[in-house]
Formats: sequence, C-alpha cells, structure tokens
Amino acid sequence: MSISALTDDALASELVRLVTCGSVDDGKSTLIGRLLYDTKQIFVDQMEHIEETSERRGDGYVNLALLTDGLRAEREQGITIDVAYRGFVTPKRRFQLADAPGHVQYTRNMVTGASTAAVAIVLVDARKGVIEQTRRHSYLAATLGIPHLVFAVNKMDLVEFSEVRFHEIEVELRELVALVGAQDEIVIPLSALQGDNVVERSTEMPWYQGPALLEHLETVEIAADRNLDDRRFPVQWVIRPMSDEHHDYRGYAGQIAGGVWRAGDDVLVLPSGAQSRVAAVETADGPLDFAGPGRSVTIRLEHDLDIGRGDLLCDPACPPIVARQLEATVCWMSEQPLRPGARLGIKQTTRTARAVVDEIRSVLDVHALEDDPSRHELELNDIGTIVLRLSGPLLVDSYAQNRAMGSFILIDEATNNTVAAGMIRSAEA
Amino acid sequence: MRAALLVSTTATRLSHLDELEAEAIHIMREVAAELERPVLLFSGGKDSIVLLRLAEKAFRPGGFPFPLMHVDTGHNFPEVIEFRDRRVAELGERLIVASVQESIDKGRAVEQTGPRASRNQLQTVTLLDAMFENGFDAAIGGARRDEERARAKERIFSFRDDFGQWDPRAQRPELWNLYNGRIRKGEQVRVFPISNWTELDVWQYVARERLELPLIYYAHEREVFRRDGMLYAASGFVERLPGEEPFAATVRFRTVGDMSCTGGVVSDAATLEAVVAEIAATRVTERGETRADDRASEAAMEDRKRVGYF
Repeated sequence: MSISALTDDALASELVRLVTCGSVDDGKSTLIGRLLYDTKQIFVDQMEHIEETSERRGDGYVNLALLTDGLRAEREQGITIDVAYRGFVTPKRRFQLADAPGHVQYTRNMVTGASTAAVAIVLVDARKGVIEQTRRHSYLAATLGIPHLVFAVNKMDLVEFSEVRFHEIEVELRELVALVGAQDEIVIPLSALQGDNVVERSTEMPWYQGPALLEHLETVEIAADRNLDDRRFPVQWVIRPMSDEHHDYRGYAGQIAGGVWRAGDDVLVLPSGAQSRVAAVETADGPLDFAGPGRSVTIRLEHDLDIGRGDLLCDPACPPIVARQLEATVCWMSEQPLRPGARLGIKQTTRTARAVVDEIRSVLDVHALEDDPSRHELELNDIGTIVLRLSGPLLVDSYAQNRAMGSFILIDEATNNTVAAGMIRSAEA
Repeated sequence: MRAALLVSTTATRLSHLDELEAEAIHIMREVAAELERPVLLFSGGKDSIVLLRLAEKAFRPGGFPFPLMHVDTGHNFPEVIEFRDRRVAELGERLIVASVQESIDKGRAVEQTGPRASRNQLQTVTLLDAMFENGFDAAIGGARRDEERARAKERIFSFRDDFGQWDPRAQRPELWNLYNGRIRKGEQVRVFPISNWTELDVWQYVARERLELPLIYYAHEREVFRRDGMLYAASGFVERLPGEEPFAATVRFRTVGDMSCTGGVVSDAATLEAVVAEIAATRVTERGETRADDRASEAAMEDRKRVGYF
C-alpha cells in the first residue's frame, strides 16, 4: 500500500467475502495468521500482544491463532466461540474474511459466516486427507451456494512436500466436489506454518504449477456470480418527504436483488399485480443510467400506486413465484428441536409472514451425506428438508436461481431469536 | 444479448466502497423500518461523519427517520463540538445532547479523580439513561470490527438486555442480509452499519465523498504532553503528573474521543492525501496508538461492552 491508496484503481478494487472452514487442528488460525502477516496486515501492537500472550501461556511459539480469538473466554480456554470477521487489503483486492470455529456449534457458525461468502476455503490436513469434517464443510459450502471452493491442503511440510500424497488427496477431493456440486474448485498444496504457497509460491513443491492461495483469491472472478437477468427489487422503505420542495416525490428505496434496472423498464408490482414503468433509478446524488445487483438505490415509477415495504418490483416477463408453500433446506440453530406443526415467524427479503411446519421430510446424515428419511425432528445444528405453509404470500425464487430471493430466516416468536437459516428449493402458490 | 450481458457484468461490477456503502444503507433502512424509535449516535468523529453521509444516501430527499444524539463528556475537543453543531445545522436534523456532566450532577455517575481520571467510562451511564428517557430502542453507531478484537465478534444488529448488557455467547445468528430486529419491550439493539469497514475504507470513503472532517484529524500545532509513550493535548480537563511538561508539537489525531484519553500522533500530514498515505503505511492499530481506554486491560473493550458501552 502507501500513497496508492487513493488512486482510482485503489478506490475501485472489489470486495471479496471469504469464509474459512476447518478446526484449530487443521492449522486454520495459523493459515489466517500467515495470510495477514505476509500481506502486512498485522500491526506492531497486535504482534507484540500475541507474542506476550503466547509466552505467558507457554505456547512455545508465536501463536498466530491468538489474532482471531477475540473474547476473554476464548483466549483463556484456547477455543473459538464465535464467528470473527476481519478485513484485509492487497493492492488488487479488499477481502472480508469470516472465520467460523470448527467445533462448538459448528454448523450454526459456519452457516452464519458462509451465507454472504463468495469463496470458501476448506482446510485439509495433508496427513489425514479427506475426513468427515472435510466432507461436511464441502457439503455446507455447496448447500449455501458458495460458487468458489478452495481446498487448502495444509501441512505439506509434514508429508515431505510429497507430490504423490497431494495427488491422492486431490483425486478424493474432486470426487467429493462431483458429489456435493460447486461452480468451480481449486486444490492448493501449502504449508501455513512455513508460508509455502500462501502468499508466495513455494520453492519446495516445483511439481505444483498452480497459483499460491492469495494469487487465486486475487483473481477468482466473482462479478459474474450475481443474477443479472431477472429483475428483482424488494421495497425496503418508501421515501415521501411531503415537503414543499418535494411535494409529489415518492421513491421506493431498497437493495437490488436481481437484474439490471434502467428508466423505461416495465415493472410488475407483487403481490398486487399492478403494472407501471421505471421513471428513474437514483441515489441521493442523482439519477443513474442503470444499476445492478447489490446496489442500494431508490426507484421511482411513472404511476402513483399503493406500494409499501415488503412489496416486490420485478420484470413482468419473468416474475418470481407468489408462494403460499415452500420446500426448503434449513439449518436448525436452536436448542429446542423443531417438530412438525411448529409455528414460526419468517423473514424473506424485506417481507415477513408466519409459517407452519407441515412436514419434516428428511434430516441430513452428516456421516453419509445422505438424507435420512426416517428422522422427522431437527435438533441443534441439523440440516433438513422441510415444507412450510405460509400465512400470507412470499415472493420467491429458488436459492439456486437467486441467493437474495431464495433465502430466509425463521424466528421463534416467543423469544424473538433467529432459529433457522433456510434455502428455498421449490415453491407453490 | 450475450454481448449486452457481458457489458453488464463489467459495468455493474461494484467497487469495495460501493459494496460497503450499499450494505450500510441497507442496514440503516432496516433499522428505520423494523425498530420503533431508533437514534443515530453522532460524536463529530470520522466514523459517525460517514454514518451521516450514509443516512443522507439512505433517506434523502426525505428527512432522517431518527434524531441524532451525542453523548457529550464535556471534555471534548472544542473544534469537534463546533464542527458537530455546524454539521447538524447544515443537515437540518435534530440533535439531542446527552450530558455526562448532568449525570454527575444528578449523582448517577461518579467523577473519577486524579491525573488519570477519564469520563470515558461514565459515558455508558449517560447513554443508557438517555436511551431509557427518550424511549429509544435502537442506537446506530459507527463502531467497526477492525477496531478491536471483541468488536470483531460482534453482530451488526447487537442485542442488549433491559440492562443494556451484551452477552457475547448469546448472539443471534446473522444470515445473508436478513437482520432480525425483533425485541421485547425494554430491550435494545445497537446497530453498526459500518461494521465491515476498516480504517482505510473510512478514509477512502471520506476522500471519495469529499467529506469535511474536524481539523484535529489533520496535522496542526498544539500544546501537548507525553504520558506512557503517547502525546495528549494539554487542557484543563487533564491533571498533569510531575515532569509532564507541556510542549508544542505538530500532531494529528486518528480517533476523536475525550481529550483525557485520546492521544495524538506526531505528523506533518495536513491534507487528506497525506493522512491516507500515513494510514496505509502505518504499523500500529488506531486504538493501540491513540486510545488509553483500551489499554487498561487485555479485555478492556469486552468488559465495557458487557455493561452497555457502545
């Protein structure tokens, strides 16, 4: 960095959200520490602090894991309790890393960290190869629709940087990907402890021709992951100043969930079915020629219609489903098990309703990675397929088509807690 | 069609600032829609100045759907208070000043004494009292996850019980951009729209949006004294120890807090470009360098958050 931080290129660099999956034993914290250290993101006072703490704990080495363990209980017990978020920057990209702990409440945390990620880094211990945890991590990453998987085959130094060993693991991983599905994947041999293939290419593994981890993260294409075809705009807030200057102004504010929006586009309003055209796509700074997914904008329409929070503006040529019933994959996050007949609050885009669990079709057997149709109750950290009946219509696409339109949370109405993350598989009127 | 799509992929690509901005605007609108009486905490510091810009982007040409509130220790830099009042007037929004001095006068808070006295911790009492008195159920703040290790684990919508306390082990899962703002009467939520921003992001945004900052962020000459390796502004609010002789130095401040606990750094960076160049090259975190309140103990921030600090 340095003075280049204000150049057009620096201001225009993309944000890449990452999630790391693995446990302390895989060297995940060491990998993150290495990534931060080698990209010079660790400050002197942080380094002094972890050196001191490592010495006091008697770790015998500078424990880079301490960088991400933020809470007192975590440092005292040497465990990681909650998802930690860290930003770091290279001259090419700005990264936001969600570090989800591997053991305690593992599914809940990983799903939280993974829900917004474009890239998942799955750690594999070169000595152990593909283990059950690797399979679970890969399955979860795929289920959450993370387009880009990176398998970091770590501790290559402990297997003499063996090409043969690496290829054994690579073959297994490619089979695993074929099973769980992912848009693309890469398998990288590395040593987080020694820094091989993390930021710099390793000299110990000349047989590996691919990029180092950071090189890959800096170049993996993420802009094409968004749905640019199907226009979707959940109304979040209505701007009606009613001041003298803006007496007739009525703008629909929200974050674009799909498609590219321009003035003149035809609009269907759901659930009312009213039709209009886009008069302007604008921000507080003025009108835009067009705006794509992810941007927070205000849309004005040519007609005065009764539209409020929770309504959806969309392309009349490809509307979403106006759904009264959903089939979805859910990750259950409450200590109280979920049983058929349960009533819950549901929030999807900016819309809320109530839902009844009509059926729990199956629960994932995390060992076999197969649906177990004999179980009909979801316990904490279980993943299952359920059918929900809704009190009012939700406007949805499948999660596979559009992450923003196909995701929802379930809320326990007695405690107000978020108790599940849901991904819509199919929906019916 | 295919060609048009390719153009769109490139043309609609968002920069990190665009994406962080869109996320923060989304969060502000969610708070406004889901909570009954939110308030935005505005201190006159750079992070809350960014919040005000984001609020303009979220709600203009309408007014803000919440008032602004400053928890005023009474020991602030005068330049910052002047800036605060001017900025609020420009925006035409309402500012509530919650005064730590009043909390002390009412016997709600007890002033620390001695050379190391600070009103930083007393802010918690004043903040909580002001939240209850005004019936606020959500406070929007400019805290960032990169500031401190406990912050890195805090949610964007952070729940507080009816004592205003944070329980790090009982945080709600936060998924996609689906924030759950449901609370019971008496409970509160602290919302941090720029959680995912770094110090450098904030400065880049200040540059991109041409935001005015209080002058203390830029190098200027002032009377300072040295304590624990840090430079503090000499003022009537801090009792100096023997040997802490004031001297003139060219400094700037990386954070803006109470004069009693905010240290300056020696710097010649008098322009935005020069400040950003220094920040991009710096090797010490902003809180490690300039905030005595976080140095008090290893878990200082976590302890303060548990009892209701923002």
